[in-house]
Amino acid sequence: MEDVTQANGAGDHAGPADHVGQANGAGAHAGHANSAETNAAPAEGAGADVGAAVAAAFRDEWGRVVATLIAWAGDWDLAEESAADAFAAALETWPRDGVPDRPGAWLTTTARRRALDRLRRAKTGDAKLRLLAATAGEGSGGSPVGRPDEPPGGPRERLDDDRLRLLYTCCHPALAFEAQVALALRTLTGLTTAEIARAFLVPEATMAKRLVRAKGKIRAAAIPYRVPPPAELPERTNAVLGVVYLLFNEGYGATSGDGLTRPELTREGLRLAALVTELLPGEPEPLGLLALLRLHDARAATRTSMDGELVPLEEQDRGRWDRPAIAGAVALLQRALTRERPGPYQLQAMIAACHAVATRPEDTDWPRIVRLYDQLLEHQPTPVVRLNRAVAVAMADGPAAGLAQVDAVAAELVGYPLLPATRADLLRRAGDHAAAATQYRAALAAAGNDGERRYLARRLAELTSG
Amino acid sequence: MDTMSPPIRYLLLISADEEREPDIADGDGRRRFDAWMADLERRGVLRAHEGLHPSRTATTVRVRDGDVLRTDGPFMETKDQIGGFAVIECADLDEAVEIAAGHPAARFGQVEIRPLR
Repeated sequence: MEDVTQANGAGDHAGPADHVGQANGAGAHAGHANSAETNAAPAEGAGADVGAAVAAAFRDEWGRVVATLIAWAGDWDLAEESAADAFAAALETWPRDGVPDRPGAWLTTTARRRALDRLRRAKTGDAKLRLLAATAGEGSGGSPVGRPDEPPGGPRERLDDDRLRLLYTCCHPALAFEAQVALALRTLTGLTTAEIARAFLVPEATMAKRLVRAKGKIRAAAIPYRVPPPAELPERTNAVLGVVYLLFNEGYGATSGDGLTRPELTREGLRLAALVTELLPGEPEPLGLLALLRLHDARAATRTSMDGELVPLEEQDRGRWDRPAIAGAVALLQRALTRERPGPYQLQAMIAACHAVATRPEDTDWPRIVRLYDQLLEHQPTPVVRLNRAVAVAMADGPAAGLAQVDAVAAELVGYPLLPATRADLLRRAGDHAAAATQYRAALAAAGNDGERRYLARRLAELTSG
Repeated sequence: MDTMSPPIRYLLLISADEEREPDIADGDGRRRFDAWMADLERRGVLRAHEGLHPSRTATTVRVRDGDVLRTDGPFMETKDQIGGFAVIECADLDEAVEIAAGHPAARFGQVEIRPLR
């Protein structure tokens, strides 16, 4: 299993990730500087505004266009190819004709026409072509609701969101977990295969093969394109929650080489998490995940300094945390906890809440956080959770106690970038500057992005100059 | 496009420890098997279904360098062996899983679902 499969445990941003100033809790370091441009690169001379409009449409509409096209034509590759065609067409025609009033509707209609062209060239059977052609016009799609031109409707409409259907299909248990996540990222966010490969820490060819196989299985084995029936929802939802969390983490932690995050991914993660809570109103874990994501999001603005250096939790400007958002998330969490069925997301949200409600770093209830990690370990006995717990132990009982716990788990975390960073931080707190400097150097070599590197370099400089 | 999706044919390969054959042939197992069969008929999905003689009756043939090689036994010597198969024609993988899960041998063996070309 790759690193990314640890997302549930490793994505705990209130753990060592923050204490040592590393943003990326999932350990999935994707460089997103060249995000979606493989599909729709703003052309030279297209005009900055139009280029920006296409880029914005790509961020906002890719997943919707693909999801609608799959619902309409039942063919995943065709949907992706036609969506890419539509964005390429936008780059050609929007500079000339202007950006349409409803870019999403324009893109969906264009994608449908391109899909028909592709099917005609492929000599698809007459019956299927006729049926598709009859439904290709704008506003008469195969998708009953959730067309890109529609503003978000009432709960009923959003339950039928094509993207949610796409998400559940990507998370079908007949697909391996790695394939589920990769497929969801590719189809819902338009991340390129190369970007997903970087996020999973595998070669691009491996990821390309994985995506091809997953789509091949969906087609050949006829994995249905739908939200599962109520009886199967809880089981299927675990996989969906894992994917949503990973999606959020990609946006939240994917600080690329030049220090950018990808807010559209965090937005999409927040939106999908909210959708799942509407779909499963009786289930506490989706509420826990939504609370967790909102708690992280509420302090997103303070996690990076003006010049792009990561700011660890204890140095963040708590006055700039979004207090109303935190209060709302805590209320959500309390709603989840009244069901008395704790799970990993509720526990992680409780840990995040411990940090979020502390007015000053020294007000943090570390012994409680240690106890919460103990409970989390019952659900997720992973080395990454144990590392997070070790940091909490260090804060509660002193760095020596924490370091002993880190040593106990170190053998299972060889190559994990946050291991040297965590050790460095605890050694610094313990006053062992020489050993801390060695660990900061190791952490620097393993760091995923500039923000992390700047933070680690600053710590190293402080130790070696002082 | 659910309305225009053609039904899909699947092969169900039912395998289990052959020692447990009586678990299907007699008593509760037999009743479960009969209920499974009745469900398939009610759904109208069954295209073929056969039970196999035990794997000790199998002969495996390979042609190498033009020679026909016969060996006694199945192509893979494992504890669980294929004991029967069914061809069903149904809406999608979820229905195929539901059907496969209803086979009594799924409780102690397994059912592999393979879409047919």
